[in-house]
Amino acid sequence: MSDQFVFAMEVTLNGLMAGVLYALVALGFVLIYKASGIFNFAQGVMALFAAMTLVGIMNGQVPFSHLINATFGTDLHDFGWHLPALLAILLTVGVMVLLAWGVQRFVFSHLVGQEPIILFMATIGLAYFLEGLADLMWGSEIKTLNVCLFGESGCLPQGINETIDAVTYEWFGYGFFIDNLDITATIVAAVLVAALIAFSQYTKQGRALRAVADDHQAALSVGISLNFIWILVWSLAGFVALVAGIMWGAKSGVQFSLSLIALKALPVLMLGGFTSIPGAIVGGLIIGVGEKLFEFAIGAPFLGGATENWFAYVLALVFLVFRPQGLFGEKIIERV
Amino acid sequence: MFYREAGDFHTTYTSDSQTFPIKFDRYRYYVILVIAFLVVPFIINDYWANAILLPFLIYAIAAIGLNILTGYCGQVSLGTGGFMAVGAYACYKLMTAFPDVSMFIHVILAGAITAVVGVLFGLPSLRIKGFYLAVATLAAQFFLLWLFNKVPWFYNYSASGQINAPEREVFGILITGASAPAWATYLFCLIFCFASAIVARNLTRGTVGRKWMAIRDMDIAAEIIGVNPLRAKLSAFAVSSFFVGISGALFFSIYLGAVEVGEAFSIQKSFLVLFMVIVGGLGSIFGSFAGAAFLVLLPVALKVLGVDMLGWPTDIVAHFQLVIVGALIIFFLIVEPHGLAQLWRLAKEKLRLWPFPH
Repeated sequence: MSDQFVFAMEVTLNGLMAGVLYALVALGFVLIYKASGIFNFAQGVMALFAAMTLVGIMNGQVPFSHLINATFGTDLHDFGWHLPALLAILLTVGVMVLLAWGVQRFVFSHLVGQEPIILFMATIGLAYFLEGLADLMWGSEIKTLNVCLFGESGCLPQGINETIDAVTYEWFGYGFFIDNLDITATIVAAVLVAALIAFSQYTKQGRALRAVADDHQAALSVGISLNFIWILVWSLAGFVALVAGIMWGAKSGVQFSLSLIALKALPVLMLGGFTSIPGAIVGGLIIGVGEKLFEFAIGAPFLGGATENWFAYVLALVFLVFRPQGLFGEKIIERV
Repeated sequence: MFYREAGDFHTTYTSDSQTFPIKFDRYRYYVILVIAFLVVPFIINDYWANAILLPFLIYAIAAIGLNILTGYCGQVSLGTGGFMAVGAYACYKLMTAFPDVSMFIHVILAGAITAVVGVLFGLPSLRIKGFYLAVATLAAQFFLLWLFNKVPWFYNYSASGQINAPEREVFGILITGASAPAWATYLFCLIFCFASAIVARNLTRGTVGRKWMAIRDMDIAAEIIGVNPLRAKLSAFAVSSFFVGISGALFFSIYLGAVEVGEAFSIQKSFLVLFMVIVGGLGSIFGSFAGAAFLVLLPVALKVLGVDMLGWPTDIVAHFQLVIVGALIIFFLIVEPHGLAQLWRLAKEKLRLWPFPH
């Protein structure tokens, strides 16, 4: 077996792992878009906000300490405790639910019935607001995120997976480099998707959610509270954002660039269709593999590298020209 | 009392269909022009030019361009930063290749080149609609930035990868480079801004503009009554990119002087211009100016308030700025989705009746 082929296989595997992470972000978009027709640009910033809140709570940082110090001349930094990760995650989920309520109460309840484009702009405004708020609350320096669920054990694993390295070395005479974190992320994403599907299929709230996604007015007329469902959806999206934030944050540190993963998720959405959960996953995998392979085969040798920034968009664009509603999106029927 | 049609008799079709049919409006417009062209250049200094007036004029051109595409033709674009970069790099290549040609021609040519690129990236709009198109325009943004970063020909193989505007004169007066006088750079931008506004205003109230608006309101219905969607959409992309390209060229050559493409024309720029259009008002030329003025003045005002008056560190003020910009955008969308232009329209309606309530 030629070296090139083995390398390409490794790249493909890594692409699949990256694709899972893209899909994780795209999932949050799909949830909100399906239920409320809002194209939530703030999803990436929500992931950043969630990750920063998690780190802040775990380290016992005083929120807004920078601002308080500047205004009153005090010298506050942290409360001096370290919370266990599980508790911190629960608290962060609480914060995200609160955020969902706030978003619904102060922004989108005032924008019911507006055009989709206006709602989209509102989420861009929300993205700016959250980004500034997160920086004000927790400071803008790069933070490391290390989540250990049960005391010292059960940390998120980092670094090369030795087993895969050894096995592939035996098979191909070349050990694959696969990050443990990516494997964990894949498992977590699979569990999350399964849980979401189970939730929307088998629980009362989940069914109500699907009813709202189908038809707002019909859902209202059978007594489903739109307000509650929308808060629920934003909370779910906040939770997905937290998971994505933990994974990406553990990978590359909690910093501003975390919010840019939203931009990675957009072509995934275009490819998979804005309304389809399987589409988000399949789209994520296609984009992940596609951009890694393109960079490996054409980008790095011939085009000077860094093609990952745009390849996903161009791929999605070309794809859409042939299938404007995406891979799994609902067929667009237009009438006058 | 002053602001009404009464007593202002239009005896020709031309005078009836002019831009400002009300006398008060017309005189106000002339007064603003006189102040902008004949008063400001004499009292301007470097701080005012660089902090407020130049960015305002340049962003106003970009906002007019995006407003034509998004506000009049209904095609949301997030690629403005990329198209501004095309204008900037086109202008740079022209300036260095033909040093003796007037800057006016360079800037207009840069706009024309951007228009061609814009049409190219506008082609998918015939198949893709709505959000899908908005995301698709991001392809333009990222691809163009990557291109200008990776292909050394665009930055003349300079070691830093930056482009620097060489010193150029118009009618013997230096207008680019660090030693250009503030009034000259201001006037140069003002001329382009003024011309853009007039062209855009007249395009949008003519046949082309009506076709754009028909496409915006419902493209299938427009197609049925005989608007060619191909020509309408692509012409909107072309005209819009032309203005955006001009603003990019001015932004680079007159305002910044040296540009690193990833910083100056990042996706944040696309959003900034989009916000200007939203806050100002979709589908309004006046709104483009209002939005540009608002978002140029806001950071300056916040900096004066936060850093100079309250004594906060600059990074806190920068974060506050994000929070306030975000909150303001949401506020505007909730209170007045049609932006500052709509407030202005309402004010004018009230003025026509004043001092009577009905």
